[in-house]
Amino acid sequence: MGSIHLVTQPQEEPPALHTRAMDNLQYIRETMERATAFTAISGWGLLAIGITGLMTSFIAAHKSFKSWLAIWLADALVALLIAGWSMDRKARATQTPLLSGPGRKVAFSLSPPLLAGAILSLVLYRSGSTNAIPGLWLLLYGTGVITGGMFSVSVVPIMGLGFMALGAATLFAPAAFADWFMAAGFGGLHIIFGVIIARRYGG
Amino acid sequence: MARNAALKHSTHKKREASGAASAAEPQSAKANHPAHSLDRLIHERMRLGIISALAANESLTFNDLKNLMHTTDGNLSVHARKLEDGGYIACTKSFEGRLPKTEYKLTANGKRALENYVSHMETLIKQVRSR
Repeated sequence: MGSIHLVTQPQEEPPALHTRAMDNLQYIRETMERATAFTAISGWGLLAIGITGLMTSFIAAHKSFKSWLAIWLADALVALLIAGWSMDRKARATQTPLLSGPGRKVAFSLSPPLLAGAILSLVLYRSGSTNAIPGLWLLLYGTGVITGGMFSVSVVPIMGLGFMALGAATLFAPAAFADWFMAAGFGGLHIIFGVIIARRYGG
Repeated sequence: MARNAALKHSTHKKREASGAASAAEPQSAKANHPAHSLDRLIHERMRLGIISALAANESLTFNDLKNLMHTTDGNLSVHARKLEDGGYIACTKSFEGRLPKTEYKLTANGKRALENYVSHMETLIKQVRSR
């Protein structure tokens, strides 16, 4: 007659109380960090960038390509300074270090498409296809905003999509409309979404 | 059957409430141990996440929280309701155009509860390290 043997599985020890406590604290910190991405982008900063973008598009219109490029590069530098300053102010207000998790993620996601845009612009300039540069900028900036916006509120990737659509339209539209598209993108979209972010996501 | 469900719900609520009560009023010497005076209302992962997310923002909409917590509408509303009933978060409903908008904010009680919870966790860790 067979006998029944109870086979007891070696039980894993439950995690120690202090391990769970550390895990909980880390969870709180990570959730707060992820949630801070919601406020990391400054709406008022975007609005200011939009205003300078609008001004730049009118100043640069009908200039020679070299002057056009110099004016827009100067605006890019101004925009970068405004973005850095406004995000830093917002981070201080919410007592979050700017270069913490979310800030780094946004910076790393936004940089590759911008770098690709800079290299491609140089290639296009050397090959004399400068007409494609405005469309390329709008398209790649939009790509960067979408990838960077993945860590932010849903309105940010939507803004990126707007830039991509404008970029695609610029590439296929006559070159004479390029300045209007630049004004609509770097001016208009920044202003519209800047106001939305400022009103809905705390500044 | 509906009565049974209601009864189950109320028992569940009572258990929640008793959990919160035990956090506020430790009944025995054993309860003085930090692990026994945990605020059960926010000890649950999803609710702890909601409170933490709201602590980092002035307010968040239902959809923001849903995306942040990677959860479903039903799950989020159940947990948010518990926190609201406990007075830890405040909910305002409005319309944006024709679309309904639900916004959540952390109350002073909720902020205090999170601070207490964090200090409980820190005490637990310190106690082990000091051994």
